[in-house]
Amino acid sequence: MKLTTKLLSASAIVAASSVSAVELEVTHWWTSGGEAAAVSEFAKAFDATEHTWVDGAIAGSGGTARPIIISRILGGDPMGATQLNHGRQAEELIEAGLLLDLTDVAEAEGWKDIVNPSSLLDSCTVDGRIYCAPVNIHSWQWIWLSHQAYADAGTDVPTNWDEFVASAPALEAAGKIPLAMGQQPWQSSGAFGVMAVAIAGVDAWSQVTVDKNPDAVMGPEYTKVFEAAANARAFAANSNVQDWNQATNLVITGQAGAQIMGDWAQGEFQVAGQVAGEDYTCLPGLGVNEVISTGGDAFYFPVQDDPEVEAAQKELAALLLSPEVQVAFNLAKGSLPIRGDIDLMAANDCMKKGLEILAAGNILPDGNQTLSPDTSAQLEDLMVEFWNDPSITAADAQQRYADIIASAD
Amino acid sequence: MAVTDTGGAGAKRPSRLFRNMSAKIASIPMIFTAVVVFIGCTIWTIYHSFTRSRLLPAPEKWVGLDNYERLWGENRWLISIENLAIYGACSLILSLTIGFVLAALLDRKIRFENTIRTIILYPFALSFVVTGLAWQWILNPSLGLQNVVRQWGWESFTFDPLNNPEIVIFGILIAGIWQGSGFVMVLLLAGMRGIDEDIWKASRVEGIPTWKTYIFIVIPMMRPVFVTALVIISSGIIKVYDLVVAQTSGGPGIASEVPAKYVIEKMFQAQNLGLGFAASTMMLLSVLVVLIPWAYLEFGGKKNG
Repeated sequence: MKLTTKLLSASAIVAASSVSAVELEVTHWWTSGGEAAAVSEFAKAFDATEHTWVDGAIAGSGGTARPIIISRILGGDPMGATQLNHGRQAEELIEAGLLLDLTDVAEAEGWKDIVNPSSLLDSCTVDGRIYCAPVNIHSWQWIWLSHQAYADAGTDVPTNWDEFVASAPALEAAGKIPLAMGQQPWQSSGAFGVMAVAIAGVDAWSQVTVDKNPDAVMGPEYTKVFEAAANARAFAANSNVQDWNQATNLVITGQAGAQIMGDWAQGEFQVAGQVAGEDYTCLPGLGVNEVISTGGDAFYFPVQDDPEVEAAQKELAALLLSPEVQVAFNLAKGSLPIRGDIDLMAANDCMKKGLEILAAGNILPDGNQTLSPDTSAQLEDLMVEFWNDPSITAADAQQRYADIIASAD
Repeated sequence: MAVTDTGGAGAKRPSRLFRNMSAKIASIPMIFTAVVVFIGCTIWTIYHSFTRSRLLPAPEKWVGLDNYERLWGENRWLISIENLAIYGACSLILSLTIGFVLAALLDRKIRFENTIRTIILYPFALSFVVTGLAWQWILNPSLGLQNVVRQWGWESFTFDPLNNPEIVIFGILIAGIWQGSGFVMVLLLAGMRGIDEDIWKASRVEGIPTWKTYIFIVIPMMRPVFVTALVIISSGIIKVYDLVVAQTSGGPGIASEVPAKYVIEKMFQAQNLGLGFAASTMMLLSVLVVLIPWAYLEFGGKKNG
């Protein structure tokens, strides 16, 4: 009896895989050096099946690509699969029935048991059904320090935020930019988020970001955050680059002392041939408060009429989470894998720090998972204004931040 | 068909409705487009601006004026409106003045007129994105104008409008005028060529100086051409978007934001359709505020006079 079921299921798999090959267009916004190397790992693995990966990279950041992706799905020209940050961005698309239900794949592959932290799968779940395949964990809470800049300034590389603030005058005296900062809105807002977690602490942060309590914004912990941000604004005053990787490049070349940026910056250091601990230092949680957020990227599969395409979509979904693909992809990207049961011996120092924090469970949900895109955009607008206009005082910004949180949905 | 029918009716005076039938049939698709696409979609948009639509339109979530209250409370929107007003006023006045002066100079029957006209009109053939990028490079302090002048020896020369929040909108204005005034010139030149040669002869006989003839005789006679130019320039001003995106993407900070950019970003990036619709309704309203009195003067006045 058992043998027959095994044979039956085996023949079913053979039958399923003998359906004709499908070309699946996959849209994503991974275009910088390290990112492109990572995504080609996915393409390689998918091309090894009988299907074909048609790459639909969209240049620019998520802010540019997301509207294009969403309007294609809404406009009736859906792609085979697409990257989105999981969280609330796709909420309404799911409610409108535009995205493929992956629950059967998830059950067959046992995603519930392998995905760690489980919050990643939770944010793919709406009403008990699973709609996306998480592929990696990205955390924002890092500061990257250039050893060369500090050697030129003649001071030690700081080990936490306070030491960094104290060292800033020495950097300036040596003609360095203390803090590199790109001008794109999400960078200003992200850097502020990092400072909030590190300086105000997890409790105050979650009162603001998860419970949306405006009184917490006005509290003493956040007052310190806004003052620190006003300081950081002065440190970054001479950093007039646009893109995040240009700002990272200032750190790599030693023109700037530090950059607050997520762990994707690591890919750039790797491409430049730098070694963690020798050429650069990374401090999770600004060295003050070692927690990381667990946002990340996920793939969504828009509903298609063709059952063959649907089968290929599900095959891709299962493939993205398979152990070999997870290892190859995350090593190239510098992000953490979404399953706890694989071995990342090849990981460098910074990734290992991240894995340790993950294993210890010092994790937070990502802002994308708790705030609606509308609220995030309002906070971004405020932060862009604040970072670029020194006439806005920390207290003004704090008041306006509280107003936005008060009206958040 | 209809034409022969009315012709066959002979002595009977044909109904106004059926006169020139083939032309009317030919314009049905355009009328249909205008009614359904322009008016229909406008009404749809205005209706949804009173709802709490997020990523998808939600006609059932009525919230009244909430979106408008939030819109006018937002600093970014106020700055956008202010920028549009500055850009609009300057761009209207400067491109008409520059266009007219250039047209008048070309009108003096100079040599190589065709060549010069082509050169001046050429920027208009470029898209706003290309124009914006080119001017971003020209105005970049380490690559462009400032660097060139400093290399000539004027070391303290500073011209960096795109990184100065106070004057960034004028950096965008320069590019806009460079792109648009050639077209205005061609329009006005065509208008000038339409002026009867006898007028010039008469004014010469009277001994009126050339500049006075232009200002007091030619300009009033060119009124319809000016109106056309005005409408074309204004519509370009209201929808300015790609120029800003290519030159500054709204920066430094939010100093060069414009309403069209606000609408796009609220609708697709912030996933808040209701607020985006409210902003686009305000843009429509600002056009109507200008257009209705003008149309009243232009078309309502004729019947009396």
